[in-house]
Amino acid sequence: MAVISNDGEKSFHIGMLIYDTRYRSYTIQIFALCMFMLAVAWLLDNAITNLAQLGKTFSFGFLFETASYDINQRLIDYTSTDTHARAAIVGILNTLLVAFLGCITATIIGVIAGVLRLSKNWLIARLMTIYVEGFRNIPLLIWILITVAVINESLPSPSGFRGADPESSPLFGGLLVLTNRGFYIPAPIWGDMSMAVVVVFLLSIVAMFGFRRWARKRQEATGEILPVLPISLAIFFLPTLLAFIALGMPITLEYPELKGFNFQGGVFMRDSLIGLWLALSLYTGAFTAEIVRAGILSVSKGQSEAAFALGLRPNRTMNLVVLPQALRVIVPPLISQYLNLTKNSSLAIAVGYMDVTGTLGGITMNQTGKEMECILLLMAFYLIASLSISSVMNWYNERVKLRER
Amino acid sequence: MSNRHEPFVASGDIQPSPPPSSVVGPIAWVRENLFSGVANTVMTLIGIYVIYSLLASLVPWLLLNSVWNASSLQDCRSIDNGACLAVIRERYLQFIYGFYPTEERWRPVVAFVLMLVALWPVLFAGAPRKLLYASALYPATAYWLIWGGTIWGPLAVMAGPIVGIILYRVFDKVLSGMMDEGIAGILSMAGALLLTITWWLFAVVQVDAILGSILNIGLEPVASDKIGGFLLSMIIGVSGIAGSFPLGIALALGRQSNLIFIKALCTGFIEFIRGVPLITLLFVASVLLQYFLPPGTTFDLILRVVIMVTLFAAAYMAEVIRGGLAALPKGQYEAADALGLDYWKSMRLIVLPQALKISIPGIVNTFIGLFKDTTLVIVIGMLDPVGILGPIRADQNWNGIVWELYGFIAIFFFVFCFGMSRYSLYLERKLQTGHR
Repeated sequence: MAVISNDGEKSFHIGMLIYDTRYRSYTIQIFALCMFMLAVAWLLDNAITNLAQLGKTFSFGFLFETASYDINQRLIDYTSTDTHARAAIVGILNTLLVAFLGCITATIIGVIAGVLRLSKNWLIARLMTIYVEGFRNIPLLIWILITVAVINESLPSPSGFRGADPESSPLFGGLLVLTNRGFYIPAPIWGDMSMAVVVVFLLSIVAMFGFRRWARKRQEATGEILPVLPISLAIFFLPTLLAFIALGMPITLEYPELKGFNFQGGVFMRDSLIGLWLALSLYTGAFTAEIVRAGILSVSKGQSEAAFALGLRPNRTMNLVVLPQALRVIVPPLISQYLNLTKNSSLAIAVGYMDVTGTLGGITMNQTGKEMECILLLMAFYLIASLSISSVMNWYNERVKLRER
Repeated sequence: MSNRHEPFVASGDIQPSPPPSSVVGPIAWVRENLFSGVANTVMTLIGIYVIYSLLASLVPWLLLNSVWNASSLQDCRSIDNGACLAVIRERYLQFIYGFYPTEERWRPVVAFVLMLVALWPVLFAGAPRKLLYASALYPATAYWLIWGGTIWGPLAVMAGPIVGIILYRVFDKVLSGMMDEGIAGILSMAGALLLTITWWLFAVVQVDAILGSILNIGLEPVASDKIGGFLLSMIIGVSGIAGSFPLGIALALGRQSNLIFIKALCTGFIEFIRGVPLITLLFVASVLLQYFLPPGTTFDLILRVVIMVTLFAAAYMAEVIRGGLAALPKGQYEAADALGLDYWKSMRLIVLPQALKISIPGIVNTFIGLFKDTTLVIVIGMLDPVGILGPIRADQNWNGIVWELYGFIAIFFFVFCFGMSRYSLYLERKLQTGHR
């Protein structure tokens, strides 16, 4: 006769902390927690001892001292008498500028290259393969150095534009001047009433989206399809153009002009900015091309065939059936490429473009000797930037997720 | 009626006439693939033009007019207007070794050859399995070959795990007589691990010094700042790859784990590392790390950089592997549980082999990224291939040379990275078990 002993349930012995799955996870976690706290305490203790030994304090007061260094490419006013904090902000804006420009051009390049790589034209497809493999397999730093060298070595110097019969002349009737020191483009001059034009422009954008919503609702209600694209283009451009002319053209352009040894006026984009921007866009464009290609290939042929069978025209098939499915595959990795581009822009330091790594993590850090504070701030900036971009991505993923059972 | 035509009677099989040349053969291929329509033709012409202009500028520059024998840039330019490849000819050893002492340069070469031998059983299934044990000895050997010093240090490091295993056996035997067998196992494991780590951290240096003073067998020591060029890229790249793979797997498993604290720790680590650029981590390695170590501790800059690069790549690796874990059907996990396998067995035997196979492309991409990122060490003043450009341009003879050097570095990285991506394709094909 079997006797079932009930003793085990009551008695707790120390081995159960490890062998009983009910308790084991707690044991491991408490152990890990203790080790983690010990490690953090050890690191902090070392840091405090070291800082005290070196006679340094941990404070952010240095941010409000005079920076006394110049930044040659900037979006806001800055002189060497401004504070380190303002220098850091100039750097942050420069990072955001090159990241913003780079994301736009990388997307354009990537979409074109990705589509062309799938082209039926054998030659073009091979050329695009060479482009993609070439940029993906060579470090970005080398591409940045090469593009800056291309600008410096192959473009004419400003003196080439001088004289009655200059060797080189501005492109597009003075709209773009390419020199080996950088590019010049015209600067807008905001005259009186120019705010009104801007307000009209913003209002027309709002009106355009309003119209598109209304058109969709109307189509769902009545089945009638309006020519949405021409009308929204008209709403986008016409009111602003009319306001611009009616108010007497308040916004004018200031063209770059050669004065002395250099060009004056207009917007000056240094060789380092242009080189960084081009290299970042071409490099990220190669990765984007692969993403776009994968996205297009991921939509099976049956989808577009089914759409044709339903009687949809090719452009509506593209808009309503193929693109939404391809975008679901394309967008998440695309956004992480944007993230990579933003982080890679910190390579600016190699060509002397003053982004946040060059100001806060470069000159400010070397001048003040506040390594810990500077690197913490630098990391915080990049963390905030990437966390905010990835939260956008998560929101998008959630929205377009396939509802599966 | 004699002139009536004879009716045609076939006397044999009529051979089928060949298909028209517009449907098969090279002409048809060209028509189909290059000139099938107006748009296609225009694109082809543009493509031909692009290729022509590239070749028209590259071929004369690189092949026809290039100069291999010259002592300075002026010399080159006075001989011909092509690429001045003489600089590569004169400086390629510096590109490979940095400032590694000339008479000791056989050592990195031996280390490189040994690396190929050590990698062989890891990368290719055809190699004898026993070689894996030799591969395990490779890191200490390579360290000794490259940095030199007495042989006792690397031997002491290699002795660590062996001593650990012996200690574990001894502890286990002694303790299991005294208490519950399971606890004895855990305790002796912890004890052996702790002693091995203590051995590594505190005893190795002393053992090295004492044995070295008794019997000085060894190689000429080489300081870290002498190591540069592709040798430095390879050191950082290979050790980063070797370290980030296991660490990445551990982080990925940690992030998938049910243990809330472990999961939070791994997630926090991964998101932090992925959120900041590698440059900031290199800054940490070069200027900040010393603050967080006991006063007076210094250790080698290359080692610090390797640690940072490994941590950086591990975070990306973890995300790639997590993707593979998530892509695995839930049934696989459940089947492993149903078989009664514990967590580690189910991971090792069922889940990870499949998940890793799925994530091969991503893993290799991470490796390629890591290898490319080794160029960033220039920002903290190390002499990787890009860093070698500085001393070469500072030489009066080669002042002002640009394209030849960039091209040389670019080709080196291209060969390695492209090779890695081809290997990943080979691996994918080899592990293909699809039932299509």
